[in-house]
Amino acid sequence: MNIGLTLFAQSLVFLIFVAFCMKYIWPVLKSAMAERQQAIAQGLVAAEEAERKLGEAESGAEEERAKARAEAAQIIEQARQQANQMIEDAKGSARAEGARLLEAAQAEIDQEVNRARESLRRQVAALALTGAERVLEESIDPSRHERMLERLAAEL
Amino acid sequence: MASAENPTSAEYIKHHLTNLTYGQHPDGSWGFAHSAEEAAEMGFWTVHVDSMVWSIGLGVIFLALFRRAASRATAGVPAGLQNFVEIIVEFIDDTTESIFHHKNDLIAPLALTIFVWVFLMNLMDLVPVDWVPELAKLFGIHYMKIVPSTDPNITMAMALSVFALILYYSIKCKGVGGFLAELSFHPFPSKLLVPVNFVLEFVTLIAKPLSLGLRLFGNLYAGEMIFVLIALMFSAGIVFAMAGGVFQFVWAAFHLIVITLQAFVFAVLTIVYLAQAHDTDEH
Repeated sequence: MNIGLTLFAQSLVFLIFVAFCMKYIWPVLKSAMAERQQAIAQGLVAAEEAERKLGEAESGAEEERAKARAEAAQIIEQARQQANQMIEDAKGSARAEGARLLEAAQAEIDQEVNRARESLRRQVAALALTGAERVLEESIDPSRHERMLERLAAEL
Repeated sequence: MASAENPTSAEYIKHHLTNLTYGQHPDGSWGFAHSAEEAAEMGFWTVHVDSMVWSIGLGVIFLALFRRAASRATAGVPAGLQNFVEIIVEFIDDTTESIFHHKNDLIAPLALTIFVWVFLMNLMDLVPVDWVPELAKLFGIHYMKIVPSTDPNITMAMALSVFALILYYSIKCKGVGGFLAELSFHPFPSKLLVPVNFVLEFVTLIAKPLSLGLRLFGNLYAGEMIFVLIALMFSAGIVFAMAGGVFQFVWAAFHLIVITLQAFVFAVLTIVYLAQAHDTDEH
């Protein structure tokens, strides 16, 4: 426990160790730690920025989607209206065509009936004439009885 | 040593408290002291070889470990040793910044060196007291104290080095006049009381290195002594030996706190004293 030269030797060693620590250890570690701290801080700022941008993009996308949905609905509505319109038009034109065809058929029928009636009339006149010839046993001069025959035919 | 084979308790304790001393014998020749008395006769011109070797060895371990971490330090993801070292560096840095508000690049590395080195020296106290001395005996070395901080030479050397820094920075920051004025006009700001002030402040100043060095020495010396006494119990029968085993464990666990605390106290007080040395404004 004697105080001796050890005191000075140890002081010298102590100062050398402190100097070494001060020159080769402390600044190196501190700068590495400061650098990392800065890197982490920058990383956090970047992450925050990215998150903000993502939020912005998401809200933009949502807006776009809503717009697209509205547009699609509008298009569908338009298409439906157009389809209805087309169906209505088709119905109208079909109805008109039908009426026209019906009318034409009716006219043809009427014509046919008239024609039949005319030929029937002519045949009846001839038949009546023939019948009358038989009854009279003589020939009837058509030119003399023409008026009578015409009156007969008109009665049929 | 006449009773080397079977020492009494007193001899055992004394043996454990004697450093391996190299110095000049009274007859003029140089060599190791072969007993405590012989060491005492050598006077001032002695070197405690064991304290020096162990403290330098531990200091080199500390510097090598931290230098290794520093040379591999990257700003990337730290791992293993670098994490461990950075935790200590950050701890010392925070402590320094909270106490020391001036600009001085010496303070933090100084505190780091003190904290880790003193801790390592104190840690040697947890090595069972007989292991290394008995091993040394096999090599013909009769004294071996492996805890450098139980040697007042070691603790006072550090305390006086810190004291020298306190004086240097006091004079550098305040000037010789300012430093003397601080010693003369505190705590009573009166010209009549300058002698009283000077005595009081001078005692305060001297108390700084003494308290710094002797606190560490006292704590560790007492701790070492308890370990030696517990070790004595091992040769006093089975009951005492088992009790000694329990005591050894309890005291070691408790001492683990003491050695860390003492290393921290030494480092913090160094920062505080140097902060006071830098304080130029009057309070």
